[in-house]
Order: sequence, then C-alpha cells, then structure tokens
Amino acid sequence: MKVLVCMKQTPDTEASIKIAADGKGIEEQNIKWIMSPYDEYAVEEAIRIKEKQTGETVVVTVGTDRVVESMRTALAMGIDRGVHCVDPAFLGSDALATAKILASVIKTENPDVVLCGRQAIDLDQAQAPAYLAEILGWPQVYSVAKLELKGNAAVCNRRIEGGEEIVETSLPCVMTCDKGLNEPRYASLPGIMKAKKKEIKKWALAQTGLAETDVGTAGAKVKTLGYLPLPDRPPGKVFKEMETADMVKQVVKLLREEAKVI
Amino acid sequence: MYKAAIPKEILEFVDTVRKFVKKDCEPIDELIEQQGKIPEPVVQKVRDLGLYGMTIPTEYGGLGIGATGYCLVAKALSWGHGAFRSLIAVNNGIGSQAILLSGSEEQKQRFLPDLSSGKKLSCFCLTEPGAGSDAASMTTTAVKDGKFWVVNGLKHFITNAPIADVFTVLALSDKEKRTKGGITAFIIEKGTPGLKIGQLHQHMGSKAMVQSEVIFEDCRVPEENVIGKVGEGFRTAMKTLDIGRVTLAASCIGYAEKLLKMGSDYAKIRVQFGKPIADFQAIQWMLADCATEIYAADCMMIDAALRYDSGERQSALASMAKLYASEMACKVADRVLQIHGGMGYMVEAKVERYYRDLRLYRIVEGTSEIQRLVISRSVLKDELTF
Repeated sequence: MKVLVCMKQTPDTEASIKIAADGKGIEEQNIKWIMSPYDEYAVEEAIRIKEKQTGETVVVTVGTDRVVESMRTALAMGIDRGVHCVDPAFLGSDALATAKILASVIKTENPDVVLCGRQAIDLDQAQAPAYLAEILGWPQVYSVAKLELKGNAAVCNRRIEGGEEIVETSLPCVMTCDKGLNEPRYASLPGIMKAKKKEIKKWALAQTGLAETDVGTAGAKVKTLGYLPLPDRPPGKVFKEMETADMVKQVVKLLREEAKVI
Repeated sequence: MYKAAIPKEILEFVDTVRKFVKKDCEPIDELIEQQGKIPEPVVQKVRDLGLYGMTIPTEYGGLGIGATGYCLVAKALSWGHGAFRSLIAVNNGIGSQAILLSGSEEQKQRFLPDLSSGKKLSCFCLTEPGAGSDAASMTTTAVKDGKFWVVNGLKHFITNAPIADVFTVLALSDKEKRTKGGITAFIIEKGTPGLKIGQLHQHMGSKAMVQSEVIFEDCRVPEENVIGKVGEGFRTAMKTLDIGRVTLAASCIGYAEKLLKMGSDYAKIRVQFGKPIADFQAIQWMLADCATEIYAADCMMIDAALRYDSGERQSALASMAKLYASEMACKVADRVLQIHGGMGYMVEAKVERYYRDLRLYRIVEGTSEIQRLVISRSVLKDELTF
C-alpha cells in the first residue's frame, strides 16, 4: 500500500498575525511555522497504514524553502520520503493551481491513497483535496474520522451534522482527515536523526508538465484582493450606582434583547 | 545565541517536548495536583519520548543528549507541572549516573536499558534523618558476609522510593574511614529481602512527588552489586551531583519563565484606578527584574551545562547555577504573587502552588548554604575558572 500525504505549512495556531503593509499578505517575520494540525492526522494515518500493511509513505508540499522544516517533521514522525514542489513560478498559486501541481506529483507517484488534512488552518478553504480528486478522476471522501482499508476499498466514518456517516469507496481515492481519526505521535529523537538522511526530492515547473500560465499568480483564478483585520471588540457595558437586583434585570434584558444569547 | 553551540536535532527535539507539554501536560496540571500523580497514559508518552534516559548513552538505550539537552527538556517540562521533573530526574540523574560513572560493564548492560526506557524506576538512597547536608555522618552500615554485604539502616526523603525498582544505596562499609574510603555504593533491587518502604512523606508543595523512608533490615546484597570499588561510594555520589544541580537550575528557570508569563498576562487585564496595572511603574519594574534575573540564570545554566558536556568538571559552576536559579525563581514567584494581589493568595490563580513548589529547590540536592560552601571552597583554593 502506497500512501501519499499532501501537507501544508501554516503559521502556528498561537502566532500573532499582522497584515502586511500592502494589505495583500501577512507579515512573515517572527512567525513560527508548523505543519497544519489537520495534516498531522493525515501523516499519522499514513504511518499507521504502513505499519499495518507495509508499503511506502510520501509527503508532498508546495511552497518555498521554508516548508522543508515541516516536511522534516513529517519524516521525523515516520514518513519515508518527501517531494518538495518549489519553483518561482508556483508563487501566488490559488487552491486550484496548487491542486494541479500536487496532481502532477501524484500521477508520477501513483499512490493507492492520498490523504490530506480536512482544511489548512490558515485560509480555511478546504478546496485543494476536492480539486485534486477532480483532476485525477478519483473518488473523494471528506472529513474522515475512522478509516479501515479492505483490499481495494476503504470504509470510512465521516463526521456529519449530529453524527457519523459510513461510506465505502474504491481505491485509489483522496481522503481528508478530521480530528479524532487518530492521535498524532510526537517525533522521537531517533526519528529526528533519521529524518535528516531521508530524501526530499525537488519538483519544479519543468517536472509538472504544466505551463507557466497554469500555476502561480498567472494561473490563479481566484485572486486575493486584500486582508482585513478583525474589528476591535466594542467596549463592555458597566452598570454603576444601582441596586444589585436592578443591575441584574438590566443585564438579563440586554443579554436577551441586544446580545440575543439567552 | 547559545543555540549555535547546541546540535540542531537536540533543539528540534526540545521543540517536540514543548509541543508535548503544551498539548498533554499543561491542560492536566490541576488534575495532577489533585490526584498527586501523573495519569498513566501521559507517563507512557514520557516513556515513548525517551525522557527517562536523556543522559544515558545510546548504546544503553538512552537518548544521549547530554546535560545540555536534558536541561533544555527539564526547562520545557517545568511549564507543564513539577511532577514531570521528579518523575524522570532520578533515572536521568543520581539514579543512573553512579552506575554509568563507576559501574561495571555488566551492571550497565543489566540496569541502564530498563532505566532508559522507563520500564524501571530508580531512586538514590543517601540522605538519613541524621545525615542531610552532612551526608558523611550516615549510620547505615554494610558488613561483609561471604559473597554478600549485609545492609542495615534507615534512609529518608528518598524520591520515587515507593515506586522504584532499582535502589542505589550508600552505606558505611568502614566506620573508621568514612568519607576517606569507608562509604560504598550498592545496587539493591526491589524485592530483595530486608528492603522495606517506610513512612510516606507529606510535603508543603510538589504534591505529586513521591518520597518515603527506606528501611534496610539485614538486607543481603550480592557482592557483584557493589558500584565501583568498595569504599569509593562517597566519591561516586559526589560526582553524580553536578548534573542534577544544573538540571535543577533549568527546572527553576522553566518555572520562572511560566510565572513571568502569568504575571505579565495578569498585569495586562487587571484594571485598577482606571487602567491596567501593567501601566504602573511599580508593576513594570517587578516584571523587568524578573525577566533580567531569568536571563542571567539561563545564561549561567546553559554555560554550566555546555561546559559539563565538553568534559570540564567544575562543581562550583553547577553549584552557582543551582544557587542562583533557585533563589531567583523563589523571588520571581514572590513578585508574581504580589502582582496578582489578593488573587495571588487564592488557590485558583495557581501562583501559590508555584510559590510552595519552588521553596523545595533551595533545599533539594544541596541547600543554598551547601552550594555556597562548594563555591567558596573553589574560590579559596584558587580553582575557579570562569
């Protein structure tokens, strides 16, 4: 069984995000970068599949040299090798362009299963996996909370509103992993040491078979016009110089009529 | 800057430990405090990460990341709960180091792999009711009887004793010679007839630290369990103390860092006289003093650890790092409690717990006064090199 994981590097969940001066990106200095947490479930699941069935695991990432560090984390957890899609032409890719790049790797690697995180925690688009399945002509199962491989098929429990849905899909397929699928392991020190020697192959535009106009800013069909910060929180209301009972009445009234929370 | 001197994989590993602390330890610190122990699934993760054998070389199943790596991990663990330090400190420090420094190859093969993996826990039996700072005044005796040594006596304040499998025990093998060749170190395994666990100790803080008395009644120890040579136990014991002292400094620094964060977070949200108290100079100065002293202690600790790993043996450096960091952390706890005002005195603010827990560090593994003694001796003998 060959399992390929598409991983994205995102800012740490606790990073304080500041919008760049031009309003079209974020200030990247002094940010700690991590593997998107949902992708950790994908990495863990890939390793568990290999541990059970033998085979090979590959992690694929699109991004600048910065992302290699997160790829090494996946390798330290136990993924066998990596493919780093890096080319100046890829800069500014939207989800579709990114999926095209990833698909070019997948067509060459020919895995049985492609695992992605449910969504990246930075832009929350959750689009690349669906595009990927479409380009490859493969089935896609979204938000998998339990996975069982049976021969040439997979039985998945999906998180849906109010419960779970159980589906069966043929392989190869694209799946996105949700919280609860597993508990990702920590990279051990021997794992970190081994990861340094594992192969990370570079994959540039020339290898993708795509045109320069398919990817990057040129190929992006969705263009980001700008980012806006969250509005400041409105100041709280303070009740003073009233009897406590009257204050409570006022607070309850406002919670009911203004905030509409009770 | 010191990061340049530390191998990258160790820094990456410390990052992993930080992640573990944030995800698995910090959320359950209250639970650990209430139950007086770390839940088993989390202990298993400590084993899986290899944290029991950080100072033990890889050929005996350890991680072999040296004093520096161990210190950085100890600092990270302090952000979780003090219980993590007491859990792993003995296997990494005084519990394994005597075997590592002076034990035979057979002893190393026999005991170190299980101590590294955390399958077995160790404890170090030196302190007695009448022999604390003056460890040489011990009364526990070991008398040779054929191929055995017969040990009799009482040890107390022994960390991890009730849950330990491997006991490193110091006893008088020659009452006349004492520190001059009369104290021998033995490995005594759990279940050896005559080895008993006495009264459990109750502490002012560090509630999840397990300590008890250990009683030896005609406890027969095979002669192959002597660590090093007969009569060299005291020297062995003293040699194992340095690494423990530097890591205690690291733990104190971790605590102090967390306290500073608690203090600065609280100062920003606590409003008095119409503005956050962080706007008042009195609070700002307290935060500034805390930060400065933490930085100083951190520099000392890292320098002492790096020099230890490079083979330099200056006990005074470990003593200075431990003395300064433990006194510093207690001052930081006091200031941060003060910043919290009345709330700081409440259990729910958690600062009081750190205040109580940290008091131990000015006593354990050599009181502040003993550290000063070690340092001043080194100065007076003109041995100290900075």
